[in-house]
Amino acid sequence: MSPTDALPKTGVLSPAFRYAAGTEAFGSERLPRLHGLMRSELRLVFLRPRTAAMLGFLAFVPVMLGVALRYFHDGGSSGGNGGGTVDFVNQVTGNGLFLVFASLAAALPFFLPMTVGVVAGDSIAGEAHAGTLRYLLVAPAGRTRLLSVKFAGVLAFCLAATLTVALSALVVGAALFPMGDVPLLTGDTISMGEASWRAVLIALCVAASLVGLAAIGLFVSTLTTVPVAAMATTVGVVIVTAILTGIPQLSAIHPWLFTDGWMSFGDLLRNPIPTDEIVRNLGIQAAYTAIFGAAAWARMTERDITT
Amino acid sequence: MTASTAVGTAAIRTEGLSKRYGRDRLAVDGLDLIVPAGSVFGFLGPNGSGKTTTIRMLLGLIRPSSGSVTLLDGPMPGAVGQVLPRVGALIEGPAHYGFLTGRQNLDRLDAADPTSDPRTRDARVDEALAKVGLTAVAGRKARAYSLGMKQRLGIASALLRPRDLLVLDEPTNGLDPQGMREIRTLIRGLAADGTTVFLSSHLLDEIEQVCTDVAVMSHGKLITQGTVESLRAGTRARLVVTTPDAEAAVVVLDRLGATDIVTTRDGVEADPAPLEPDEVCAALVRADVRVRSFTLARPSLEDAFVALTGEGFDVTD
Repeated sequence: MSPTDALPKTGVLSPAFRYAAGTEAFGSERLPRLHGLMRSELRLVFLRPRTAAMLGFLAFVPVMLGVALRYFHDGGSSGGNGGGTVDFVNQVTGNGLFLVFASLAAALPFFLPMTVGVVAGDSIAGEAHAGTLRYLLVAPAGRTRLLSVKFAGVLAFCLAATLTVALSALVVGAALFPMGDVPLLTGDTISMGEASWRAVLIALCVAASLVGLAAIGLFVSTLTTVPVAAMATTVGVVIVTAILTGIPQLSAIHPWLFTDGWMSFGDLLRNPIPTDEIVRNLGIQAAYTAIFGAAAWARMTERDITT
Repeated sequence: MTASTAVGTAAIRTEGLSKRYGRDRLAVDGLDLIVPAGSVFGFLGPNGSGKTTTIRMLLGLIRPSSGSVTLLDGPMPGAVGQVLPRVGALIEGPAHYGFLTGRQNLDRLDAADPTSDPRTRDARVDEALAKVGLTAVAGRKARAYSLGMKQRLGIASALLRPRDLLVLDEPTNGLDPQGMREIRTLIRGLAADGTTVFLSSHLLDEIEQVCTDVAVMSHGKLITQGTVESLRAGTRARLVVTTPDAEAAVVVLDRLGATDIVTTRDGVEADPAPLEPDEVCAALVRADVRVRSFTLARPSLEDAFVALTGEGFDVTD
C-alpha cells in the first residue's frame, strides 16, 4: 500500500504501524505541525459568528465617538490638560488621527476587555461544554499544546480587536476631520508618516495590555465546563478591578493590578518617548501571564475530562 | 495487511483499574480487562455501570485513582502522544463545531494530531467523508446536520487514518436501519483488515451480530468476559413444545428427567438438561402427545445479559 510497508513491524497490530514510525521524528518538525492546529484555531476564533458581532461592535465605537465630536462637541470646554493626563478628545477636532488615540482610550477600560473576556473565558470551557475537547485530546492534540494554541488564539483576538478599533477610527477620523501634521502632548509636531508609526505602536501597546486579562480568562476557562460562567467571571474580574482602582484607600494595591499601566500608551505621543510606564505595563502583563498561565497549565494537565 | 494476532497479545489490558469520585463513590472498581488484538470486542453494561468512565480512562481523558491501563503497547495516560494517533474513538456521541462545515470539522481534528501529515490532510478528510457517505453534504455547516449525519461525521473522525484500535461508544445511535447496516458492514470490514474494535452498545443483537468477544460490567465491576459463545453458553437452551396435550407432555418430560417444567397457555416449556432433543420428541410422539411445534430456543445474548446484570430497571448507585 505504501513504501513504508517495508519497515519492520514493531507493534503487535498493523494497519497504522507506519504512522508509529513518524512519531519518532516528531521533535524535528514541531513548527509546521503547530501551524496546522494554529491555523485551525484562528479559523475557529474568527469564523465564529459571535466574533464578527463583537468586532462589529468595536468598530462602531469610533463611529459613535467621531460623530459625537464632529456634530455635538462645543469645542474645548472640558477642563484643561494639566497633570499630564491624556486628553485626546479635544485634539480630535483638529486632527482626525487623534480619533485613533481617543477611541483606543475609550475602548480600553471596558469594551475591549469585555470582548477579550468572552473569547478567553470560552476558550477551554466552550470546547468542554460542546464535547469537542475530548475529541481534540483523543486526536491527540496534547494538553499543553492545546492550551498554548488556545492562548495564542485569544492573543490573536486581542490584536484583531485592537486593530479593528484603530482602523475604524482611522477611517472615521479621515472622513470627518482634517488630517495633517500631528501635535504631540509635549508640544512638538510630527509628520503624518511618523504619527502613523506611533499609531501602530500604540495599537500594539493596547493589545499587549490585554494579555494579562487573556491569561486570567484562560485560567478561569480551565476551571469549568460552563462557558457563560467563565466569560462572566472574567468580565467580572475587569469590573472588580475597576472598582478597586476607584477606591483611593486601596492605593497600596493599585500598582499590582493588571489595569494599572493600561493608559501608559499615551506616553507614545510624547517626545522623547518616556518608556518607564510602558515597560512597567508590559512587565505587569508578563507577570500575570506567567502566574495565570502556569495555573491554567497545572489545571489543564490534571483535569479529568468528563464532558 | 492482516494483523499479526499472536497468542497472548492484547490491544487493551487493564489491571486493577479503579476510579473513585469524591470520597465514597467508586465508579469503576478493580477492573481487569483484556481485549485480544484483532477481536471485535463488545462492552456491555446497564446505564451507570461505569462503562463510560472506563472508556475515558482507556483513552487518557480521566486519570485512574488506582490501577493501570495498557493501550496497544503504551501505558495510559503516560503514552497518550505515542498511542492515540493509532486509535480512533467515538465517545458518548459525536461533538462538533456547529458553525464549521463537516469538512472543516474533520480538518481541525486531523490538524490536532501532531503526527498527521499536513500535505495529505485534504485527501484523508475526503476519504473519511466518503467512507461514511457524507461527501455530498461535506460543505454544509455541521449545525444543519441531522442526528444520523452527526453520528456519521463522528465515525468519520475516528476513521481519518488507518487505526490499530477503534473505540466506538454506541456507534449506531441515531442512525436509520440502512445506516446501522452500513456501520456494521464497515466494522466487519475494518476488523477483517486487522483493526481491533472495542464496541460499547446497548443493542445486544448488534453485539451478537458483529462481536467475537464480550465483557459485561455492572456496578463498576467486571462480571464476565470471554467469547460471545461462552457467555451465551452460561444460559441453557430451553425446550418449547406447543401442544394441546400439556398434561401428558408434562408427565413424559418429567419421566425423562427434564427440569423446570412449566405449563404455558399453548403448551409446555422445560429445561431439557441431559436430554437430546430428538429423543424427547420421539418420546412425546410415542406417548401420543400431539406435537404442533417443537423448538429448542437458543438463549439470546439479551437473556445472558439480563441473567448476569439482573432485571432491575432503576438506575443503581
